[in-house]
Formats: sequence, structure tokens, C-alpha cells
Amino acid sequence: MNRLFEFCARNGWKITAVVLAAMIVFPFVVTSSYVLRIAITVLMYIMLSLSLNLLVGHLGLMSMGHAAFWGIGAYTAAILSTRFNVSSLGTFLAAMVIAGVFGMILGLPVLKLKGYYLTVVTLGFCEIIRLVELNSMNLTNGPLGISRIPSLNFFGVVFKSSRSVYFVALALVVLTVVVIYRIVNSRIGLAIMSIRDDDIAASSIGVNVFVYKVMVFIISGMIAGLAGAFYAHYISYIDPSGFTTGQSMDLVILAIFGGLGSIPGAILGAAVLTILPETMRALMEYRSLIYGIVIVIMMMVKPDGILGKVNFKYIRQRQQMEKASGKEGAQA
Amino acid sequence: MFLQQLINGITIGSTYALVAIGYSMVFGVLELINFANGSVYMLGAYITLMIYVNMLGNFWLSFALSLVLTGMVGYCIDRFGLRRLRSKNVPKVTGLITTLGISQVIEHGVRIFFGSETKAFPNMIDFGYVKVAGATIGSSQVIILCTSLVLMICVSLLVYKTKLGKAMLAVSQSSEASKLMGINVNGIISLTFILSSSLAAVAGTMVGMYYQNVDASMGFSVGMKTLASAVLGGVGVLPGAMVGGLLMGIFESLGASYVSSGYRDAISFAILIAVILVKPTGLFGHKQINKV
Repeated sequence: MNRLFEFCARNGWKITAVVLAAMIVFPFVVTSSYVLRIAITVLMYIMLSLSLNLLVGHLGLMSMGHAAFWGIGAYTAAILSTRFNVSSLGTFLAAMVIAGVFGMILGLPVLKLKGYYLTVVTLGFCEIIRLVELNSMNLTNGPLGISRIPSLNFFGVVFKSSRSVYFVALALVVLTVVVIYRIVNSRIGLAIMSIRDDDIAASSIGVNVFVYKVMVFIISGMIAGLAGAFYAHYISYIDPSGFTTGQSMDLVILAIFGGLGSIPGAILGAAVLTILPETMRALMEYRSLIYGIVIVIMMMVKPDGILGKVNFKYIRQRQQMEKASGKEGAQA
Repeated sequence: MFLQQLINGITIGSTYALVAIGYSMVFGVLELINFANGSVYMLGAYITLMIYVNMLGNFWLSFALSLVLTGMVGYCIDRFGLRRLRSKNVPKVTGLITTLGISQVIEHGVRIFFGSETKAFPNMIDFGYVKVAGATIGSSQVIILCTSLVLMICVSLLVYKTKLGKAMLAVSQSSEASKLMGINVNGIISLTFILSSSLAAVAGTMVGMYYQNVDASMGFSVGMKTLASAVLGGVGVLPGAMVGGLLMGIFESLGASYVSSGYRDAISFAILIAVILVKPTGLFGHKQINKV
């Protein structure tokens, strides 16, 4: 296992390129619409898992309300496109802005809260948003949901086939990965992670804890909103039962299963836990039971998630050090 | 109208309080939200019903058996799910995910073995009602409230007046130091889980009788509400959990009748958020001193 991680660390960029190439070729090799449908779902969950990972894994705030942002994005896109005929680019941007605004609304007051108090407030937020979606008939059509949401369309081109939708999803995921990678590997990322490790210590060395927390809340909400907008256009029918607190908890499971604070981990966690129930379709109602058992066992065997404890940056640095010291030894 | 809603609210709130105590106790000793507690609440009601209908035919004996069995489930959650994690010294979120997984296992296990449809539940404590100032007070309401109060008093006495309770409080302050003082830390934690599960089962069964039906998804929303009540009162503080539970029930019942029944839970959560924002450690929570 360690050697595998070392190999991955050494060839980080190559592996990323290979995976990306494989993802691009994938829909041309596999044409089954069922498999493509799963792939698109996986890509969407990767976005959600990555955005939640930024909040939970990098900033260390346990949020149980992530599905609310997803739902806000989905409803924004659905309402704008069914009532005002806005094209997908417009709905995507609007969904991001509105989910970001809600992220700020939730983020501003709650950020002085610590630990489980924050968790419970986010949980309550998710529940309130769901009940608003369920009860405001004239805005969200209540429990009936919004149906006949138009397919994705950019600049007059309609993306209807599974393959084209897949590429839109892939593009969104690549965008998300790039944004989050850039954030995490920058001064901002270091500041965020110092807040996670100890916020008082961070503020004592001049990190503006409040600003960074609000920022991460907004970014994380925006990405979840974008995923929601994509979901609404893709699935063409949404109702409040898709964005419950239970969903939020499932998202938290995705992020922790993959490994908190790890971008490859978040991707892997979302992929494994979305594909796993699909492969167990034949087991019918036993599926959810087995899913629960898998999670319990996984937490016992690998409590930090698949890639939680693997720090590729550190492994890479160690390799470089070894190489450098090896060279010096040869010269001497 | 107001009095009636208040009475209904207090009745349901007292069952919330029982479950909330469970959250609060586990949080006290482990600093962990036991998300499985809501499912255990549902499981308790189901076990009572299933033993009563299929095996014994004696309700009170089934109820007693259900308490024992759910206590054992609580013990197993800790023994097989969480104890290994404690010994490995892993981040706290891991335990959270384990309890989420366990709650999924319990909920879907119940669906598979007992069926997912809503089941009728017998009301064994309905002996008529009295009218007081225009409000109807059913005997089940009185009995539920009294049972909850008695249990709450017993638990408080156990925690604050006995040696066992002292050990519990010691573990919640520092499990390392308690171990050095000769306290069986794992035993205390197991006891906490057994107590909290049995209390949840009592609440579940009583609510089953009160509404006269149970279904497999009843645990989830109650789990969230009771967790919210525990936080409202201040996590880890038992009187706080009791008051929080009662307040949650009252908010819910008044909100449903005076504002809108669809927004019932939204109102209780909104009040919860408002309270926490004003007083970030809950109503009775102590301010913690942060050390760097």
C-alpha cells in the first residue's frame, strides 16, 4: 500500500492526466446509457463531496446542511428555466450566486459557534430550507416538485444525449477540482488549515479567522449550488424529498469515507459510495442495510477514510530529499 | 385552545426530553453525537409491538423485554462499533459516521424484518379523559408525563447522587484521569449507552401508544428534534436536556396551531437557531475556556 502511495506521489501529474484522458475516452468506449447515467451521477456527487470536503476537511467545520445548498441551486435553476426561459449558463450563474448568498446568510451568524452547536444549526438550516421548499406552493410547487425542467442548453445548443451531458458534468468537475486545488495550495489554503488545527492560535499569528470562514462557506455553497443546477437540468424533475437532512448526512459520509482534507480522497469516496449501491441493485431492499454495514466496518478498519492519512505532498518532499541526499552521498 | 396545545406540547415534549437525556449523557462521556439514538427510539417501539403481537400477548411484559433488548443494542453499539475506535485514538468525526452507519443498519433492518408499512399500536394507557378549563386531558397524557418525570428524576438522582453517577461525571471531565483513579471507563461508557437506549425505547413505546401507530421512519425526525433539544438546553447538562425537550415539544405544538402546521418543525428549528445565536452554549451550558 505504501509503495502504491509513493508511486502516486512521484507521478501525481501523470496519473491525473491519465485519469482525465480515461474519463474523456470513457463515454466513447462505453455506450450503455445506464452506465453513463451512473457516471454522470458520480461526477455530480464528486462536486458535492469536494465542496463539502473544503468545509469539513480543510476548514474543520462539521456541516450537516450541505444538501440545502444543493437544493437551493437546483430550485433556482428549475424556477429560472421553467418560468423565465433562462439558458443554462444563466441558471448556473444564478444558482451559484444564490447558493453563495445563502452560504453567507448561514455563515455570518453561526461562525462564532463551536463544534456540535454549529453542526446542529446547519442541520436545522437544512430542515428549514426543505420545509420552505415543501410548503411554499407558489414558489416551488410544494411536494409536487417542479417537472419538465429543460435540458442543458448553452448558446442555443441543446445538450440532450447522455454523452454530451457527461462532458458538461466532467467539465464542471474539472473546474471544481482546479478551483479547490488552487485554493488549498495557496496562502488562503494554509490559512484555512491553520484555522482547522487551532483557530485561536491562527488568529494570534494574524489570520483573519472570520473572513476565511465566511469565504469558505460561500465557496462551498456556490459549488454545491452549481451541482444542484446541473442536477435539476439533468434529471428534469426535482422535489423537496431529494434535499433532506438525510442527504446531507450521506454527503458527510462521502467526504469522510474518502478521507477528510484530501482532494483525491473526496473524489474516490464519492465514486466508491455512488457505484457501490448500484452494483448491489440485485439485492433490492438489503442494499441500504449493506451500505450501512460497509460504512461501520470501513470506519473500524480505516478510521481516517481511504486517503485521510496519506499526505502526498509530504511523501513527495521526502522523495526529493532522499534523492538530493543520495546525490550528495555519491559526490562525496 | 392555548391550554390544550400547551398540554399536548408538554406531553410530547416530555418524551423528547427522555431521548434528549440520552444524547446529552453520551455526549457528556464521549463528546460524541450518537445519531443511532433516534433509530433506537424507533426500534424500542417496534420490539415492544412485535413481541406483544407475535409472541407474548402481554403488553407490559413485552415492554419490559423491549427495554432489556434495546439496552443490549445500546451496549452492542458501543462495544462493537465504538470501543475499537476509542482505543485507536482516531478523530471524533469517525465515531459520528459509525453511529450514522449503525442508525442506517437499524432502520433498514427494521424495514426488512418487520415491513416498512405503518403499523397500528395498541394504547394500553387510555382510561378516559377529564376536561379542565376547556382543555381535554387524556389519561395517556398524564401517564406519559408522569412516567417521563419519574424517569428523569431517577436518572438525575443516579447521575448526581450516586457513586456510579460520580464516576460518570468524572469520565466526562477526563477519561484518562478517571482511569488512573480506578474507574472502569469502558464500563461506565457501556452503562451510559444502555441507559440512553432504554430511555429512548421507553419514549418510543409511549409515543407509539400516544399516536397509536409506529413506522420505520419515525426515528429520524425525532432523532433530529431531540438532538436539537439537547443542544438547546446545553449539551452534557441533564436538566438542560429536559427543559430543552419540553420547550421543543411546546414550540412545536404551539407553532403548529398558531402559525402553520406545515412549518411546525421549521419553527422549532428557527427558535433553536435563534437561542443558540444569542447564547452559543445553549440555555444551561457553561462557557468553556479555550486553551491554546
